[in-house]
Amino acid sequence: MNDLKSNFAGIESPNPFWLASAPPTDKAYNVNRAFEAGWGGVVWKTLGEEGPPIVNVSGPRYEALHGKDRSVIGFNNIELITDRPLQLNLQEIAQVKKDWPDRALVVSLMVPCQETAWKSILTQVEDTGADGLELNFGCPHGMSERGMGAAVGQVPDYVEMVTGWCKEYSRLPVIVKLTPNVTNIRQPAQAAKKGGADAVSLINTINSVMSVDLDSLSINPTIDAMGTHGGYCGPAVKPIALHMVSDIGRDPQCEGLPISAIGGISNWRDAAEFLLLGAGNVQVCTAAMTHGFKIVDDMIDGLSRFMKEKGFASVSDIVGQAIPSLTDWQHLNLNYTVKAQIDQELCIKCGRCHIVCEDTSHQAIHARHNGERRYEVNEEECVGCNLCVTVCPVENCLTLRKLENEVDVRTGQRVSPAEKLQWTRHPNNPMANADP
Amino acid sequence: MELITTAHNGPSGIAAERLNEAECQSNFCEMHTPLEENAARVEAERCYFCFDAPCTEACPTGIDIPGFIRMIANGNAVGAAGLILEENIMGGTCARACPVETLCEGVCVRNQGDDRPVTIGLLQRFAVDEALQEGTGFFSRSEQTGKSVGVVGAGPAGFSCAHRLAVLGHDVVVYEARAKSGGLNEYGLAAYKMLDGFAQKEAEFITSLGGIEIVHDTILGRDVTVQELQKRHDAVFLGIGLGGGNSLGIPGEEAEGVADAVAFIDGLRQADHLSAVPVGRRVVVIGGGMTAIDAAVQAKLLGAEEVTIAYRRGADAMKASIVEQEFAKIRGVLIRYWAQPGAVILEDGRVVGVEFQPTGNSDAGEKFVIPADMVLKAIGQGSHFERAESAGSFEAVSGRLVVDQERRTSCSGIWAGGDCIAGGDDLTVSAVQDGKVAANSIHRALSLQAG
Repeated sequence: MNDLKSNFAGIESPNPFWLASAPPTDKAYNVNRAFEAGWGGVVWKTLGEEGPPIVNVSGPRYEALHGKDRSVIGFNNIELITDRPLQLNLQEIAQVKKDWPDRALVVSLMVPCQETAWKSILTQVEDTGADGLELNFGCPHGMSERGMGAAVGQVPDYVEMVTGWCKEYSRLPVIVKLTPNVTNIRQPAQAAKKGGADAVSLINTINSVMSVDLDSLSINPTIDAMGTHGGYCGPAVKPIALHMVSDIGRDPQCEGLPISAIGGISNWRDAAEFLLLGAGNVQVCTAAMTHGFKIVDDMIDGLSRFMKEKGFASVSDIVGQAIPSLTDWQHLNLNYTVKAQIDQELCIKCGRCHIVCEDTSHQAIHARHNGERRYEVNEEECVGCNLCVTVCPVENCLTLRKLENEVDVRTGQRVSPAEKLQWTRHPNNPMANADP
Repeated sequence: MELITTAHNGPSGIAAERLNEAECQSNFCEMHTPLEENAARVEAERCYFCFDAPCTEACPTGIDIPGFIRMIANGNAVGAAGLILEENIMGGTCARACPVETLCEGVCVRNQGDDRPVTIGLLQRFAVDEALQEGTGFFSRSEQTGKSVGVVGAGPAGFSCAHRLAVLGHDVVVYEARAKSGGLNEYGLAAYKMLDGFAQKEAEFITSLGGIEIVHDTILGRDVTVQELQKRHDAVFLGIGLGGGNSLGIPGEEAEGVADAVAFIDGLRQADHLSAVPVGRRVVVIGGGMTAIDAAVQAKLLGAEEVTIAYRRGADAMKASIVEQEFAKIRGVLIRYWAQPGAVILEDGRVVGVEFQPTGNSDAGEKFVIPADMVLKAIGQGSHFERAESAGSFEAVSGRLVVDQERRTSCSGIWAGGDCIAGGDDLTVSAVQDGKVAANSIHRALSLQAG
């Protein structure tokens, strides 16, 4: 098996799979089980300041968006930071670190935006022997109403300020956890870097209202006929997380800033994608909360085989390999042309490709051939949009064929993808310039 | 499926109580377990929602199958039932009795590859059962036209026609030979397909619309004539089905232990206690259609120890589908293909077996005897249309009425549908379609008259 050893912002772990700060990392019992299962590290569920413990609702705090087969596609929670006493958490952290010296143990923190509050907790955490800090600037519900969590993460100046305090009062690596509930993720990331952050982690959960109960006409989850917005996560948010991670990954101003990726990572494939788009390691929560800790076996084995197959010697070799494939629209090659093609042998003649193209796209798939039920692409209309491929229930039945030195019958133009034509130089672009 | 209780070492001859009532009830369990709500939703999600769906094309009544399945998937079973009943008022019976493997499910695109079709029949049953339970009124009558239509036969064709006509505002009188409505739904389908008195429940649902009067125990040609109906009504629809079973034309056929399969099923369906239905210890059923399967399986479920279906051709030629043949075999029925009955063998006037001549490739083979104390004939039914006085004035083929696309007979003002017309496939669902098409045609004709 390939060596999956990971060094993230100076924090070492036997593999790049960490459990994110969340219910699975709330106490020693869970964390011990996670380490027994093989997780490389955990970010301990967010600690708050000393004093009366946080109070959670006693009604439902989770709600899910289910797929056809009742698989959990999206997940939402209104749980707050840890509701256990600070000292108990600190004692357990110290013990767990002592028991599992090779695993990464990072402590998530969230205290009011006051220098003294941060200074006080930083010293106490450092005394536990933990490996690092994660600043929770992302939690979008409850705590943000009290001026913490996402309320901080949404103001780059605050991000920079608090990060600065943490760097000043602690020698531990500082990971700044970002909220996705912003317009431009690069700004808080840049602010974190300016404040001296050793890394960022993202995404925290997304503002969400899950559903409305059509019997009671109130929102779910319902706490005594009332509800509130929660934080959305799970497989459904992965594309959003991939975008935000890669956006930071390719931001020149964030160059060298390690990224711990979070957001719908459920298996080794998801993990590999995040690593390829610039993440240094990954954090998991929802997948564990829906299947238990054992899923890490598949993540370890799958990633290891993937690395072997692709010739990656270490996890760090994977990081950012797909970043060059990500660009702005204006740099895409407009000479690249594809057409849908149907494998008649595989086609089961459901006609979904036809009806979606006919009703909602380009009328490029015929439904009948000599009165027979047979679906055929009309290349004169096909723009290669991929909609038919998307809806076809049979794998590899509908595919896209790349045109190579032939005339596109739709435009009448000869296609030569080797001659790149970008919008920046396109004749239809009034702002076109000679420089690509 | 429950394990079937089988009888052992019972008395020879034809006898009741081969199994006790509890055992019979347990044997006559659901042929297919109905779907629970969640299972229905999961199954509904398997539907690809095909364009120009093959299942709908294959349905004689043209039900918008992907449409109703989508409604089930989205938790709207009652809406789904509305869509089904709009095209097929006997959607509940058809969901139970249709040979779906040769119709909608047979052409489901999910049959391709290693997949299995969406269980359309079970989904349809789920939707209609839910709706009938809620007693939702899907239909209301249009403004009354003052026109009256006489319908002969309260079976699938007649009821389908009557319901559509009543919806369109006409008054309908249904003349039914038997004491109960439903036709073959009540008297002919296998009991395990129509548990819990479903035929009567459906009949009540259909007539609850209003505008449909049923006159029972009224036989065409005996109690009323076509001419009288024409005088009483503005239009007439004949949905009279078929008469007695065809004869084998072999020696011994008249013996006591030889009966029509249709009559056997009829008696079984009307019995207050299944265990009271007499059945042979060894039963031979002759024929290859659904009636043969239904009779053989039910004989087995009543406690017959050996049940054989003998058919003169091969499995592919059987009118009963491969699925139905398998269904019978799983329940312990033996199917002998390529066997032509030559004689019913009697001893002291009692049936002791049937002699067969091998056919097909084994034509030269030796005759063989299957021991039996009961023989059921399931070789088709003859027309009983001759009873109608004016039979001669109708164009007919082998006693079956010739109708046009709109189900108009050769006699003006008289429509027909169901098993009594020529060119049909003897399916409930086709009879329902006939009644529907005829009703629309009658409505057009009566509207023209009114105009």
